[in-house]
Amino acid sequence: MAKITFITTNDENITVEGDSGSVMELAVQNNIAGIDGDCGGVCSCATCHVHVDPEFVSQTGEASEIEKDMLELDDNANEFSRLCCQLDVSDELDGVILRVAQ
Amino acid sequence: MKKSEFPDPFEQARVEKGYGEMNDQDDPVTMLLRLKDVRKTAHNWKTFQSGATPGRIVVPSEVNIRDTRQIPFEVDPPMHGDYRKILEPWFKRPLEAEYQAQLKQQINEIVDEMLKLDSVEVVEEFSLRLQSRALTLLLNIPYEEAEVWIGWGTHVFRSEGVALDGDKANILYDYIDKQIDRAIEKPGDDLYSVLLASEVNGKKLTKEEVKGVMILTFAGGRDTVINAVTNSIAYFAEHPESLARLKAEPEITGKAVEELIRYFAPLTHMGRVVTEDTQVCEHAKKADSRVSLCWASANRDAGVFDKPNEVVLDRKINPHVSFGFSHHNCLGATHARQIMNILLKTLAEKVSSIDILECEENIEDLDQFQRKVGYDSLNVKFN
Repeated sequence: MAKITFITTNDENITVEGDSGSVMELAVQNNIAGIDGDCGGVCSCATCHVHVDPEFVSQTGEASEIEKDMLELDDNANEFSRLCCQLDVSDELDGVILRVAQ
Repeated sequence: MKKSEFPDPFEQARVEKGYGEMNDQDDPVTMLLRLKDVRKTAHNWKTFQSGATPGRIVVPSEVNIRDTRQIPFEVDPPMHGDYRKILEPWFKRPLEAEYQAQLKQQINEIVDEMLKLDSVEVVEEFSLRLQSRALTLLLNIPYEEAEVWIGWGTHVFRSEGVALDGDKANILYDYIDKQIDRAIEKPGDDLYSVLLASEVNGKKLTKEEVKGVMILTFAGGRDTVINAVTNSIAYFAEHPESLARLKAEPEITGKAVEELIRYFAPLTHMGRVVTEDTQVCEHAKKADSRVSLCWASANRDAGVFDKPNEVVLDRKINPHVSFGFSHHNCLGATHARQIMNILLKTLAEKVSSIDILECEENIEDLDQFQRKVGYDSLNVKFN
């Protein structure tokens, strides 16, 4: 079981728990505002953009080439950006803090 | 070649040059063919604008048959974003359980009906009806209204063999004018009334603006949805193993929807007007000329997609651009995705196999390229 905290654009802190699927799916199931996941998690829509709290970057790892290409054209993207459909929920992610991008 | 195959006519030009050329009513278009170029150009609205003369970013151009600006499609930021903000909540309604339940009922009914017939012409008898009925949900108006739209035939802007037909377009425009007047007289909870009551930047939408949104809603979601649905039927007819797999593994349905939409790319391309002298693919483009973002070609870019010409039903990473990209991505995508999702689940549940009896392919003439985009007719038997 991994506990993951989302900080929404309204500065609301929401901690949710999961053990499978993607972080995007977990966010959608828990109605995290700003995470839409329109494409269902195939890296096509960029509606699940989060900024990983710098402290936890080693846990989430780096974005893939295709993910980086998607993020490159997002005006709100930075070095901590990830599309959370590409993050699998696992014990490794326990405790991470993700800020929902604008 | 299998009847359900959709070849990629752009490959050579995409690999060798990155662009193609198309003449369109003496207003030529440079077609961008690579995924990265398509994305970058779509994102750069300052140099590649949508807010040109109404109809000019559409290929073939509709400048001669339309004066109404489609909203928010033919508007650039920041105004574009102001319109999107009021429209997005409405166009996300397909995510609601009640909406999905109604859509499921509609699709169940039409599939049951088709199962009883010995032969079904999919484009007119299935896809057009399915699309029109589903549109009543998106507009939140009575189901019966779909009969009017079904009566218009498959092409709102086209007659047999004619790419652009002003008379046909006028049927839609006159219809929308009347519906707007009706909603002014007797407001309800339909999209017309909601738009008429909406404000952008403190000002109520004008009749012309409401008309612009409604034309877009009708036109943008018609041929595209009809092609996506029809082409899917052809695909499952020739791939019964995929239908069986969806039945056994319904959890991959979402991925299958994205993959079919990538593969079919129901809208081949969309134009932009160049606002300053620039370059695309090391090719000079003058201000006031046109480019197009070729979604269909970008979706087959082997630099990004493994086995681009195959339908990989559970493709995990699928950054396709069938719904466009960046600011102007498809407003109706949520609705379209729900239609496809429910359709695939319903077919998997109810249909064991589909036989293609005969078909006529719809080949788009893009000058340098000939692209199969769907079918003029597709006769099948649902089993």
